Amino acid sequence: MEFLTEVRWSPYAVGIGIGILSWLSFLISRKPIACSTSFAKTSGMIEKLFLGGKVARKPYYQKIGLAVDWQWMLVVGIIAGSLISALLSGDFRWQWVPSLWAAAFGDNVLLRVIVALVGGVFIGFGARWAGGCTSGHGISGTLQLAVSSWISAICFFIGGIVAAHMIFTLIN
Amino acid sequence: MQTSKSIPGKNISPLLWGLAFGIAFGFLLQKGGATKYDVIVGQLLLTDFTVLKIMLSAVLVGMIGIHAMKTLGWVELDTKSGSAGMNIIGGLIFGVGFAVLGYCPGTIAGAIGNGALDALVGGLAGILIGSGLFATLYPRLSKGILKKGDFGNLTFPRLFKVNDWVIVIPAAMLIFILLYCLERAGL
Repeated sequence: MEFLTEVRWSPYAVGIGIGILSWLSFLISRKPIACSTSFAKTSGMIEKLFLGGKVARKPYYQKIGLAVDWQWMLVVGIIAGSLISALLSGDFRWQWVPSLWAAAFGDNVLLRVIVALVGGVFIGFGARWAGGCTSGHGISGTLQLAVSSWISAICFFIGGIVAAHMIFTLIN
Repeated sequence: MQTSKSIPGKNISPLLWGLAFGIAFGFLLQKGGATKYDVIVGQLLLTDFTVLKIMLSAVLVGMIGIHAMKTLGWVELDTKSGSAGMNIIGGLIFGVGFAVLGYCPGTIAGAIGNGALDALVGGLAGILIGSGLFATLYPRLSKGILKKGDFGNLTFPRLFKVNDWVIVIPAAMLIFILLYCLERAGL
């Protein structure tokens, strides 16, 4: 069982594992692995907490439903699974500023948190606009050969590669 | 009595399976390094190809298995309808966020489990705000830009009106060759 305490596995071992996981989720739960809708549900649930039942009547929340479901639990599971893996290998650590960011822009926590927040707004907004994220479109949709998912996944990387180069070469 | 007992069981079991699949997925993402900003942004800067290798090998294995099970009648596909307005514009907006945040919705959950506080405090809040913003604008967007270039719920085999395997086999070969070339190039 030594492999469980290793810090890193080959990306191919990980990819094959995720591929097999996708078979099982289709077989057992009849659902593809996906994540981003759960963030929209959470956002709606928090808004409902403050503004009441009228939030649930927004057309988008009627469409996705504001209840904890299979996919919401999957996202909770990701946090737990990553934590277990990191603890087993001693790779867990609290960190405010990633080292690649710190090397380019310094270790100011507030700057990194603000930029992460802005990036998060784009991610949340863009995932809903495209109807999925790197898991739902990028893995589960592409492996089913869905046209919407291949277009989305290619655009995720075009947008990401251009933006990352602009951030790290032009600004820096 | 029996029915009242079986109903909550029925409701809880999918949630537990969701949790179990999530734990396995998060475990794999962390072992692959995909819960780290440096690895994800390294991919977008084209200096570290870990993320692409994980995604392409998952798609290769997943695609063959899902279509084999579909051919056997064990599973049905569950794909999303789309449009040029949805997938191109939404995809590019997402891509910009991907580079700025350095995590996506799945890997940010993994990053939080790995101890990334920029993910927990900044990124997560941002994703919730961005999703809420979209829900507010949805009535207007859904009648306009999201409908532009609508192609419905389409897969490549249906688009070309061919048997699944006519697409699956060449696609699998292409992915395999691409991964082989990445390794040969030392990336």
